[in-house]
Amino acid sequence: MKTWHMIIDVEKCEDCNNCLLACKDEYVNNEWKGYSKPQPNLGQKWINVQRKERGTFPLIDVAYRPTPCMNCDDAPCIKASKGCASKRSDGIVIIDPEKSKGREDLVKSCPYDVIWWNAELNIPQKCTFCAHLKDEGWKEPRCVQVCPTGALRIENLTDEEFSQIIENEKLEVLHKELKTSPRVYYKNLYRFEKCFIVGSVSIKKDGIVDCAEDARVVLYKEKVKIEESITDNYGDFKFDKLDEDSGEYTLEVSYKDKKSKTITVNVAKSINVGEILFD
Amino acid sequence: MMVFERFIPFKRLIVSIILLGLSIVMNLERRIFSHIAERFKEKNMIVQIKLRDNSLGRYYIFKDGKVKSKGGLHEKPDVIMSYESPGVMLRVMSPFRSQLEFVSACKACQLEMWGPDELSNWFAMTLNMLLTVGTKYGTDMGKGVMRYTNNTNGGPVFVYVKAGKIIRITPIDFDDKDADPWTIKAKGKSFTPPKKTTVSPHTMAWKSMIYSPDRIKYPMKRVDFDPNGERNPQNRGVSGYERISWDEALDIVAGEIKRVKKDHGPGAIMNGSGSHHTWGALGYWLGARIRFFNTIGWTPIAHNPDSWEGWFWGATHHWGHSSRNGGGEAYSTVEDCMQNSEMVVFWSSDPESTSGVYGASEGTIRRMWLKELGIKMVHIDPFYNHTAALMGGKWIAPKVGTDSAMILAIAYVWITEDLYDKEYVATRTIGFDIWKDYILGGDDGILKTPEWQETETGVPAKDVRALAREWGTKKTYLTAGGITGFGGACRTATGTDWARGVVCLMGMQGMGKPGVNMGGVQQGTPVDTRFYFPGYAEGSMSGDFTGPGHGTTLYQRMPQLPSVNTVKQVVPRLRIPEAVIDGKTSGYSTDPMSIEGQFFEYKYPAPGHSPVKMYYKYGGSHFGTMPDTNRYVNMYRTDSLEFVVNQSIWHEGESKFADVILPACTNFERFDISEFANCGGYIFNSFTQVNNRVAVMQHKCIEPIGESKSDIEIFLEISKRLELANPFSEGHSEFDWCKRFFDATDLKTKISWKKFLKRGYYVIPPTTEESRDPVSMRWFAEGKEKDTPELTPLPGDYTEEYRKGLQTQSGKIEFESSSLKRFDPDDPDRLPIMKYVASWEGPSTKELYDKYPLQLMSPHPRYTFHTQSDGKESTINDISEHRALIDGYYYWIARINASDAKARGIKENDLVKLYNDRGAVICAAKLTERVPPGTVHSYESSAKYDPVGEPGKSADRGGCINQLTPSRMIIKKSHGAGYMSCLIEVKKWDGKEVAI
Repeated sequence: MKTWHMIIDVEKCEDCNNCLLACKDEYVNNEWKGYSKPQPNLGQKWINVQRKERGTFPLIDVAYRPTPCMNCDDAPCIKASKGCASKRSDGIVIIDPEKSKGREDLVKSCPYDVIWWNAELNIPQKCTFCAHLKDEGWKEPRCVQVCPTGALRIENLTDEEFSQIIENEKLEVLHKELKTSPRVYYKNLYRFEKCFIVGSVSIKKDGIVDCAEDARVVLYKEKVKIEESITDNYGDFKFDKLDEDSGEYTLEVSYKDKKSKTITVNVAKSINVGEILFD
Repeated sequence: MMVFERFIPFKRLIVSIILLGLSIVMNLERRIFSHIAERFKEKNMIVQIKLRDNSLGRYYIFKDGKVKSKGGLHEKPDVIMSYESPGVMLRVMSPFRSQLEFVSACKACQLEMWGPDELSNWFAMTLNMLLTVGTKYGTDMGKGVMRYTNNTNGGPVFVYVKAGKIIRITPIDFDDKDADPWTIKAKGKSFTPPKKTTVSPHTMAWKSMIYSPDRIKYPMKRVDFDPNGERNPQNRGVSGYERISWDEALDIVAGEIKRVKKDHGPGAIMNGSGSHHTWGALGYWLGARIRFFNTIGWTPIAHNPDSWEGWFWGATHHWGHSSRNGGGEAYSTVEDCMQNSEMVVFWSSDPESTSGVYGASEGTIRRMWLKELGIKMVHIDPFYNHTAALMGGKWIAPKVGTDSAMILAIAYVWITEDLYDKEYVATRTIGFDIWKDYILGGDDGILKTPEWQETETGVPAKDVRALAREWGTKKTYLTAGGITGFGGACRTATGTDWARGVVCLMGMQGMGKPGVNMGGVQQGTPVDTRFYFPGYAEGSMSGDFTGPGHGTTLYQRMPQLPSVNTVKQVVPRLRIPEAVIDGKTSGYSTDPMSIEGQFFEYKYPAPGHSPVKMYYKYGGSHFGTMPDTNRYVNMYRTDSLEFVVNQSIWHEGESKFADVILPACTNFERFDISEFANCGGYIFNSFTQVNNRVAVMQHKCIEPIGESKSDIEIFLEISKRLELANPFSEGHSEFDWCKRFFDATDLKTKISWKKFLKRGYYVIPPTTEESRDPVSMRWFAEGKEKDTPELTPLPGDYTEEYRKGLQTQSGKIEFESSSLKRFDPDDPDRLPIMKYVASWEGPSTKELYDKYPLQLMSPHPRYTFHTQSDGKESTINDISEHRALIDGYYYWIARINASDAKARGIKENDLVKLYNDRGAVICAAKLTERVPPGTVHSYESSAKYDPVGEPGKSADRGGCINQLTPSRMIIKKSHGAGYMSCLIEVKKWDGKEVAI
């Protein structure tokens, strides 16, 4: 049995919002009988692109995380729905646009905040993976069709085939702890959920400061070596995929025959330790 | 020949039969096609077709929807169509006629039309309609859904229509019938783009714009404007509007055209457009619009080289390329960059935001290939832009407007560390020693070291040294601007120095050698450049051989009546307010024909011409896009302009300052024809931005919303009231003009009109690998003849032999410019060599900087296409990085470094006032590390102008950032603005404060 899964690569999302706009194109002013009633022109984001900036000027990165309905296999909305939300055999969760009248409680039932309340129509609404188009033979939902980078993918596979992809591509789900078995999987989620330590190493020689390329930076946590990094031609180093609020780390920085330096940092979120100068 | 034709009885017999046949055809079509039957009901009249000598004729009586005809001459026909000879008649009336025969007959007065336009133009159009009757277009998708095609500023689309309503707009996925894309082989891998088109965000918002509540649905008149009494210009922007009929609106506009010409003389009517319009070769701003205004005589608003400032006024003098506004060519650079380069430096270049221009998301995948190939990337921009965010690589952030100091420091490292191509410099350039001497402190005693630049740019010397060393040792592509040219640092006060400076840097590195060139794979794909399909800037139906690029490429291929403006007066766009308020101004010519074209200063008013009294505004709002826009607001509120008409699709900031508003429709509600990302003109062959060339028939997908009409139709209706309908339209509807345009292209050799019309698009196949274009500048680096498919430089502009060398006097890259030495060698704004001159508004202007300590950068917007698709309840407003919804209002966004925000007590999403002596704009604050401390980032191009108090004298909460930007010319002898050199202060807005 093949079912639908979505794969979102956070590293490839560039916040163009083509997905959001294509979704609005499909659903605003259009009723797809049995699937969805019209989405209001403004205010709802069935696929919601979240932003995450890490670091401080000038050593930063920025990532985006599109967030559609997770179409969970153990969906809290279905549990709460008393029959007005259901799962199709292809894995898609549909909130019945007729039966769900007045059910604002469904909005709160979703731990991912992807169900929206349509006050005018008095119904909860959300992404349907464009089920109405799939039933007409379309191969992709609208958001996937317009994604310029391939950050969004849709796969129609058996559970077995898909678990192979999860393993090969190291996919994760959002808020695994909720145990809702989402059908939306993420790649490179660390750009959103983890943090980094960055800095620049420099060397002063004959009164001139230069970037220190090939400096060796070793990261320790409680005296245990975690990782090692060699600086690039700008003297920059980066240790990524650290847990936020993970406490104290020690950096040992050595450059050629200079006496090595030790820096201690406290990691709450991503941190730029700035310039480390050898002279 | 003409004389003898008269005596050939056989031809006379044929003509008699045709004239008789015409009435039979008319009646036949009337019975078969209901819309023809309806059309015949519109007029009761008698049309005489005859030979001029009255020796043969037949007249047609249109009465109550029926047509009868009789041989001979009528005593008092309403319309006369007169031919010089049977031969002319045969050639022109043939259903298979060549347009050249028709145009030639008109020009030689061998075909004349007499009678009121209302009737004669109706008859001419009806005759053409008979030829195209029964044409079918679009694809039936079943269940009552038709799929049409159209095109936008951000890519071609399928348009799904049900019951007269657009239900869906999507990019085009090609099918088996369409040509396959090309493949590039690089470093052992093969790369092929997907077989489909991509889109820009603004393209995906079109449905919401078509059905926007801000559409102007019917003609309107300002309530206190009376063309025959009190006009109350002081109330423009304040008093409301009342609905009027099309007849009343058109009568007022046509009446005012006649009146101002009669009362004041030539030059009294001014028209200008935004830099852009809704897509389509006919409907963009260089087609129908030019033809119409040429037909009535007008004072054009001369475009500044908007977005190309530094390139046009600066770089041109060092490497030519005047026809490209000083920007560069890009042929085959995608392949060369992928195969041979090791690094790409993006300098003030964010193609992920600006899509090059019109390029949808076509370049994105190619930049991802660079990443896959391990080609390093560096991003120099005060803003951590979207290309940097997606691609990664070192980010270097100079203070706005100081980039040219960094250029000198890079050159300093190359000179002192021997990291440049000396052989190339010796053989392919001139004047290097003079520039070198300046860099080494020869004339001012200052070594332009990385440490020296640090005091200006704020970028650590070590970073610049590291960059220079890597650049000097790796084969490097430099992409400066959105393509080579377009936007960014070229729009600062020092933009001319930046643009010519980067050309000089590439001159030191051997530009044109494998892997060393300009561009960031945004342009230069291996599509077929020799397949002829013109862009909008080739002028389409304008008939104007001098204004757009018509004369150089389209001329003989699309025969039409020439159209010439008889008024020799122009107003520089950046000085419209001064022209109107002060009554005089001046500007420098944006003439791309030669390097020297830009040295000509013109004065307003022109000798013996009337000052402007009527402003016919067309297209997007200037308030969001021109500098110091309170000037424009205040201009409207003086009595210098006796009449203002605004022809617009939506209510944007500027429309509400008109006396009469004419509602235009979108390109989804009319016919047009065009190509994906092909503008032509000064971005000649701009379609090399796309992965698949796509020619598009822009179907009329739905009827115009409300009472709106297409621009062409509005122009035609006004023309009728001036008895100019036939010169304007040549008796052709916009559908007929599409066919004429199709016939002018190479499409007709590949696909029939009927098939093209039905299917709606054609994918122009790529060339074979063997016939791909040579790489731009390769010929130059190798000392050969120019071999890229370009018409320019024009033959007379080569110094020695045709195709030998660049357009410069030496034919080489000139570190010391010959043209600037000839023109004004002592001009401190633009010396013959590029030097560092601090911005006239920036950290070096001490007094002002103390008062306004933040630099505001306002690049081209990410999500909208200029003002198009902003505001108007477009779905783009919901993008959290475009506008922020606060207390029910969608505010424009200002990005401010977290430390600057903290110092001012500003938190995320606080409403803030950005202000300086020129104006104040209320924005929503976004706190970020994407700008250095001291810099504020906010895109330009708000479509909304919403003053909280008196227009022109109060803060704007619509988001027109250009209220704040300076109107000073980038350099004195130019017509270009330094929008991004702008000092401001920011503070929290309490929601009450009104004044600036």
